[in-house]
Amino acid sequence: MSGHSARALAASVASGAVSAAEVVEEYLGRIDEREHEVHAFNLVTADAARAAAEQIDRRVAAGETIGPLAGVPIALKDNLCTRGVATTCSSKILEGWIPPYDATVVERLAAAGAIMVGKTNLDEFAMGSSTENSAFGPTRNPLDLDRVPGGSSGGSAAAVAAGFAPLSLGSDTGGSIRQPAALCGVVGMKPSYGTVSRYGLIAFASSLDQIGPFSRDVADSALLFETIAGHDGRDSTSIPAPLEPITPRLDRGVDGLRVGVVSELAGGTLEGFQPEVLAQTRRAAEALAAAGAVVADVSVPSTIYGLSAYYVIAPAEASSNLARYDGVRYGHREPGRANTAAMMTASRTRGFGAEVKRRIMLGTYGLSAGYHDAFYGKAQRVRTLIIRDFERAYRDFDVLLSPTSPCVAFPFGAKADPLTMYLNDVATIPSNLAGHPAISVPFGTGEDGMPVGVQVMAPMLGEPVMYQVAAELERASTDGTGA
Amino acid sequence: MNDWQHNDTPVSSTMLDAWRVDSGVPPEDLDLPDGWEMVIGLEVHVELATRTKMFSPARNHFGGEPNTMVHPVCLGLPGTLPVVNGRAVELSIRVGLALNCTVQRCVFARKNYFYPDMPKDYQISQYDRPLNINGWIELPSGHRIGIERAHMEEDTGKSTHVGESGRIHDAGYSLVDYNRAGVPLLEIVSHPDIRGPEEAKAYVAELQAIVVAVGASDGKFEEGSMRVDANVSVRPAGSDELRTRCEIKNVNSLRSLGRAIQYEARRHVDLYRAGDRPVQETRHWDEEGGRTRAGRSKEQAEDYRYFADPDLVPVDPSPTWVEEIRAALPPLPRARRQALIDAGGDPASCAIAVERDLDGLALAVSAAGGDVPRSLVHIVNNLVVDGAADLDPTGFVELVRMEAGGELTSTQAKQILGEMVSSGRGPAELAVEHGFEAMDSGDLESMLDAIIADHPDEWQRFVDGEAKLQGVFTGQIMKATQGKADGKVVAQLLAQKKAIATP
Repeated sequence: MSGHSARALAASVASGAVSAAEVVEEYLGRIDEREHEVHAFNLVTADAARAAAEQIDRRVAAGETIGPLAGVPIALKDNLCTRGVATTCSSKILEGWIPPYDATVVERLAAAGAIMVGKTNLDEFAMGSSTENSAFGPTRNPLDLDRVPGGSSGGSAAAVAAGFAPLSLGSDTGGSIRQPAALCGVVGMKPSYGTVSRYGLIAFASSLDQIGPFSRDVADSALLFETIAGHDGRDSTSIPAPLEPITPRLDRGVDGLRVGVVSELAGGTLEGFQPEVLAQTRRAAEALAAAGAVVADVSVPSTIYGLSAYYVIAPAEASSNLARYDGVRYGHREPGRANTAAMMTASRTRGFGAEVKRRIMLGTYGLSAGYHDAFYGKAQRVRTLIIRDFERAYRDFDVLLSPTSPCVAFPFGAKADPLTMYLNDVATIPSNLAGHPAISVPFGTGEDGMPVGVQVMAPMLGEPVMYQVAAELERASTDGTGA
Repeated sequence: MNDWQHNDTPVSSTMLDAWRVDSGVPPEDLDLPDGWEMVIGLEVHVELATRTKMFSPARNHFGGEPNTMVHPVCLGLPGTLPVVNGRAVELSIRVGLALNCTVQRCVFARKNYFYPDMPKDYQISQYDRPLNINGWIELPSGHRIGIERAHMEEDTGKSTHVGESGRIHDAGYSLVDYNRAGVPLLEIVSHPDIRGPEEAKAYVAELQAIVVAVGASDGKFEEGSMRVDANVSVRPAGSDELRTRCEIKNVNSLRSLGRAIQYEARRHVDLYRAGDRPVQETRHWDEEGGRTRAGRSKEQAEDYRYFADPDLVPVDPSPTWVEEIRAALPPLPRARRQALIDAGGDPASCAIAVERDLDGLALAVSAAGGDVPRSLVHIVNNLVVDGAADLDPTGFVELVRMEAGGELTSTQAKQILGEMVSSGRGPAELAVEHGFEAMDSGDLESMLDAIIADHPDEWQRFVDGEAKLQGVFTGQIMKATQGKADGKVVAQLLAQKKAIATP
C-alpha cells in the first residue's frame, strides 16, 4: 500500500475497499520501522492521525460525502502552523510555542480529508539546502543514509521518499522544495507566487516564500496543488484569479510545445554542475523532442546574478521577519537578565543557530543606512532584470528546462562552507525572484546512482503547461528513456 | 542602541543639558527676547475610529481588560499576515482631503526597531510613499500652516513597569498590554510654519476639530486619541534659516504643548546667547518640573532600515473613490466659521461656536431672521454644559426671538435656556410655567410712580444724589413684580424720572 499513489488511496478509501484506519496504520508502521534512522519528523502525530482516520471511516460508513484526499496521510513541514500542535521551524527559539490557529493550507487539507501524520524537519527557519541546520539534528536521505536529503524541506522530501506518507508539503524560498525533491528522487513543485496562501507559513522571506507539494508522481503533485491553491483574504499577496484545472492536461503530451533549455544553467559554464546532472538534463530535453516538443537552447543572461540578488533580498526580509522572536511574548526566553534589552539579546543569541544569525546579520547590513541602495536597492533592480529576461524567453518558449540542483545528494558535512552551500540554489532561485512556478521531476540517476532532478519552469500562472511537460518527462523517465 | 533602554534610564549627559538645571527650577520669564522667533513643526498622531484594527480583525476600542482586544495578527504571532483595513484608508483620505492634501498611490513600509510594546519588533508605517501629501490648514487667525504629509501606520502596545529597582540582581518586571497594538493611526506632519506656542495650540485645536468633523477620530487627548510631538528651534526674527531642532515628546495636553514649546525655545535662545548651540535630540516634557529633559540623541538614533513591506500590496485609491469621499465630506470648521461671520457674528464668538459644534444654532437663528449676535452670546456664555449639542434649534430660535422682542429679560432667557437643555422642553411653555409673561414698561412706570408716592423722603434724597437709594426702589419694584421686571428697564425709568425731578 505504501507504494500507492494518493489518488489510488483516496479512491480505495472512498469506495470502502480499504479503511482510512488501515491506511494510517500502514504508514505509521513504516514510520516506526525507519524513522529512527531517517529522522524526517520533528513530531509524529500518531494519535491525532488515528482519530482523524476513524472519523473519515465513520463518514464513509454513513455514506457522507468525503473530500478528494480523504484518508490520505500527509506530512507537513514544521514551519506550517497547526492549531494545538507545536510548530518549531526546527529552532530552539520557538521552544514551547503552540499555534492557536491553523495555516490556510492546513484548513484546506483538513477540508479535503487529508490526515496529518507529523511535522517534518527543516533547516532552521528554512535557511539551508541540506537540513543540517536543524536545531534538532539532521534528516538523512532515505536512499543513502550517509547523504543529506537536501533542504530546507529535507524532512518533507525524505518522508515521501521513505514512504512515510504519499504526500507532504514544503515551502520554497530559493529552491527549498525542488532541490530536496531532486536529491530524494521525488516530485516537488513551487507554485506561482500568490497562488497558495502564505497565511500560517512562518515567514523566512515574504516576497519569495511559497508553499508547495511533494509527491511520488506528477499527478499527485497536481492534485495536492489544486487542493491547497486558491484565493485567501488573509494573505494580501494572494491572487484573486481562479485556477485553470490541471489534471486534464496531464495526458495531453507535448506535441508542438516549445521547450527552451536555459544555456546558463544547463550549458556547463557554471562551476559545480556535475556532468551526469547536465547529461540527464540533455536527455530530458531529447525525450521531450522525441515526444514532439520543439526544443532549443535559450539564453537567460541575468539568471546567473540571481544568487547574489537572492542573498541580499532574502536575508533582508528575514532580518525583519525574525525580529519578533525576542523572548517577550512566546518561545525561548533567557532568564535572569537585568533589563529587557539584555533579555532579548541573550534569548536571540541562545535561541538562533549559526546560519540564522549569519543571515540576520547579512540582511541587517544590507538594509542599513548608507548601504541600503547599494545592496537592497540594487538587488531589487537585478530582480526586475531577471523578470524581464524571463519575459523575453517566454515570448519564444512555453516552458524552460534546467537541472534542479547542480549535483546529486552529497554526504553530510561536504558543503560546510556557506558559500558552497548557497551555490546549490543557483538554478532554483531565479523562479523565486520572478515569482514563477517551477517543478522538479526525477529523471534518471547521476553519481553513485543517486537520483537527478530536472526542473521545468513556466511563466506566471503557467502551472498547467508546466505540469503538462512534467508529466511527459515522468513518462519518459519511467519508460527508461532517461535512465 | 535601543529605544527602551533610554526610557528606562534616561540619559542626560551632555554638557549643554546642564542649562539652568543647577537651580532646579526653570526661570519665571520664558518670553523670547526681542530679535528672536520660534520655528515649530508638529507631528500629530490621530487614532482612527475604526471598528477593527489597522491590519487585524481585533477590536479597536479604548479601555477594556489588558490583552482582551487582540488577535494572532496584531500579536504578530508567527505565520500571521497583515491585511489593510479599508475603512482606515477611507478615514485617512477624508482627513487628507480636509487638509487640502493630494491623495496618492501609497506603499506600506516596515520601520524596524526592537521594542517590547511592538509585537513584530517592526512597525508597519509609510515612508517614501505616504497616502496624503502637500496640504495646508488655515487657522482662525487666517494664517496657513503647510502639511507635509499624513500617512497611515499602526500603534504600539503599552508597557507598565513594576518594581524597577535598577539593580541587576533585583530587577523589576514589565507588563505589556497589546490592546492598543495595531490600532490605526494617521500621522500628520506639518511644515515648520508655526511661530509660537499659542499658534501651536490653535493648530492642534483646528486639527482636532477637523478629524472630529470628518468622523475620523474622537480626537480625545485624555484617551490618547491625539498625541503631539513638537519640533522646536529658534532663529533671528525675520530670517529664513532652519537651525538645529529638538523633538519634544510626552506632551499630553494643549496646555503642556504651549508650556513645553515656550520653555524649549527659550532654552535654545539662551544657549545661542551664551555662545553655545543646542544639539539635535529628542527631549521629554516634564510636566511637574515645567521643563524638557534630554532623551536619546539623534546622532545615536536607531537606523530604522525602512523597506516596503512584502506582506502588503500598494494601496492605490481610484480617483472616482477619492472624489466620492470628497463630495461626502461635511462642512469643515473653516467654512463653518466663515458662514457664521457672514451671518453677522464676530470672528471670536464664531470660532468658539464652531469649536463647540454649536454653530448650527446660530445659523438657525440667522435663517429665521433672528438676532445672531444675541444667539452667539448664549452659545459662548450660557451653553457650556453637557447636552448643549442636543438642543432643539427651533426652540433656541424661539427663545432668541422672545428675548429680542422683550418678552423675556436676558436673565430669564438664560434660566430658560438652561432648562431647555436639561428638560428638552420649549421656551414658551417654560416661560408661562415660570410666569415670565411679558411686562411692558408702561405697567412698570405706573407701579414705580406708586412706590415713589409712598416713599417721598427717600425719593427726594435719591434725586439729591444719594445713589445707593436706587437699590431701595429697584428692590421695591422687584418685590411688587415678583422679580419679573427687567432690571435694565427699571434703571432706565428711574434715571428718566430723576432727570425730570432734578431742578
